[in-house]
Amino acid sequence: MIRVVLPAHLRTLACVDGEVKLQVDGPVTQRSVLDALEARYPMLCGTIRDHHGGRRRPFIRFFACELDLSHEQPDAPLPEAVVTGAEPYLVVGAMAGG
Amino acid sequence: MSRVRVLVGTRKGAFVLNADGKRDRWDVSGPFFPGWEIYHIKGSPTDPDRLFASQSSGWFGQVIQRSDDGGATWEPVGNKFDYATEPGTHQWYDGTPHPWEFARVWHLEPAPGDPDTVYAGVEDAGLFKSTDGGQSWTELSGLRTHKSGPDWAPGAGGMCLHTIILDPAHPDRIFAAISAAGAFRSDDAGQTWQPVNRGLRSQGIPDEDAEVGHCVHRLAMHPARPEVLYMQKHWDVMRSDDAGGSWHEVSGNLPTDFGFPIDVHAHEPDTVYVVPITSDSHHFPPEGKLRVYRSRTGGDDWEPLTRGLPQEHCYVNVLRDAMAVDSLDECGVYFGTTGGQVYASADAGDSWAPVVRDLPAVLSVEVQTLS
Repeated sequence: MIRVVLPAHLRTLACVDGEVKLQVDGPVTQRSVLDALEARYPMLCGTIRDHHGGRRRPFIRFFACELDLSHEQPDAPLPEAVVTGAEPYLVVGAMAGG
Repeated sequence: MSRVRVLVGTRKGAFVLNADGKRDRWDVSGPFFPGWEIYHIKGSPTDPDRLFASQSSGWFGQVIQRSDDGGATWEPVGNKFDYATEPGTHQWYDGTPHPWEFARVWHLEPAPGDPDTVYAGVEDAGLFKSTDGGQSWTELSGLRTHKSGPDWAPGAGGMCLHTIILDPAHPDRIFAAISAAGAFRSDDAGQTWQPVNRGLRSQGIPDEDAEVGHCVHRLAMHPARPEVLYMQKHWDVMRSDDAGGSWHEVSGNLPTDFGFPIDVHAHEPDTVYVVPITSDSHHFPPEGKLRVYRSRTGGDDWEPLTRGLPQEHCYVNVLRDAMAVDSLDECGVYFGTTGGQVYASADAGDSWAPVVRDLPAVLSVEVQTLS
């Protein structure tokens, strides 16, 4: 299972506590994980990626295994530790606002 | 006994204020959607327990929430606002072409007669309609694609469609206002539009009486006299007696004619309310005194309403969607401030009292009169 950590506002919107655990069929990539997340929680559509082409919203970052994956290709494989569930995939609201 | 429900949108969540018909004791609930900007909440005139809220965030974008129990519980509905045709460009602040981009929903206008039909005014300026309770949205693109569209430019707050008025006497007639393009009217249910800005004069644009380019802050109409419209423009309070065909100034003796909201008494079509603000560079009331001004003559002759409002050291603003009237026999008037106060008057503005004092900055106030 893929473990996903959402920022607090999106946990509230999706009515979830703690981590989200997702079954992802096929290659585990940022796109496939986010597709699975939005399929289970459709209210998150548009809040992480825009509705057009899945572009990351500007103040959202993607982290895993102490790496910033925000600028990686969406179809690039995620680290093995995310695939095995040893490490979570983090959706982060960027610190901003002074 | 009748009661009222006041729906307050703020920079950091929504609040619902309930009172009986006396309007002197209030139950305050919220924050709903804490931490999110709530630009607007409004109830269906057909089913007052159905509410729509625009929830947005610089981080997470736009969410639309719907309640079917008067605001006790909410569920997210559709948030996909796709422009129906190639978006094209409008003018940017520096005069260069800028692609039309959806930013947020400023105003939600539930339609009379059908609780599933609701309109949304968005930034960058466009008008959307849902006929399935907000699950899906379709743009009425005739407005955005008006031939003047490439010349529209944003106001300081963005290029927002902030006012939607559905004419009760002419079901196919819709008014919309855009900062800073002006007022528009459709007579065919939103398919085609015409600018209705004749008579407006705006310093600060190259052609003072241009067909478009005016920073209209708010429009108001009394449902019993829908051919009469009132407008708070950036500067100037204006009136039209022919459904926007032409406008004349009714600022009269106001201490300043800059401001944002304007509203009309529920039972007296000639009684109008504004909140004068010093200027566009000083977004606070003149002399530090928060005064609502009321005209009982359809404009020109205005009286200050001060009882219960702070008359010293007050430097808040009242935003365009932050005033509303109820329809009880003694008309109630409500407004919210950027300082987080919501003031209510149960006597048509003669006296005021704060319902709450310390909310986040208030973006919008609506009121429902319930039986």
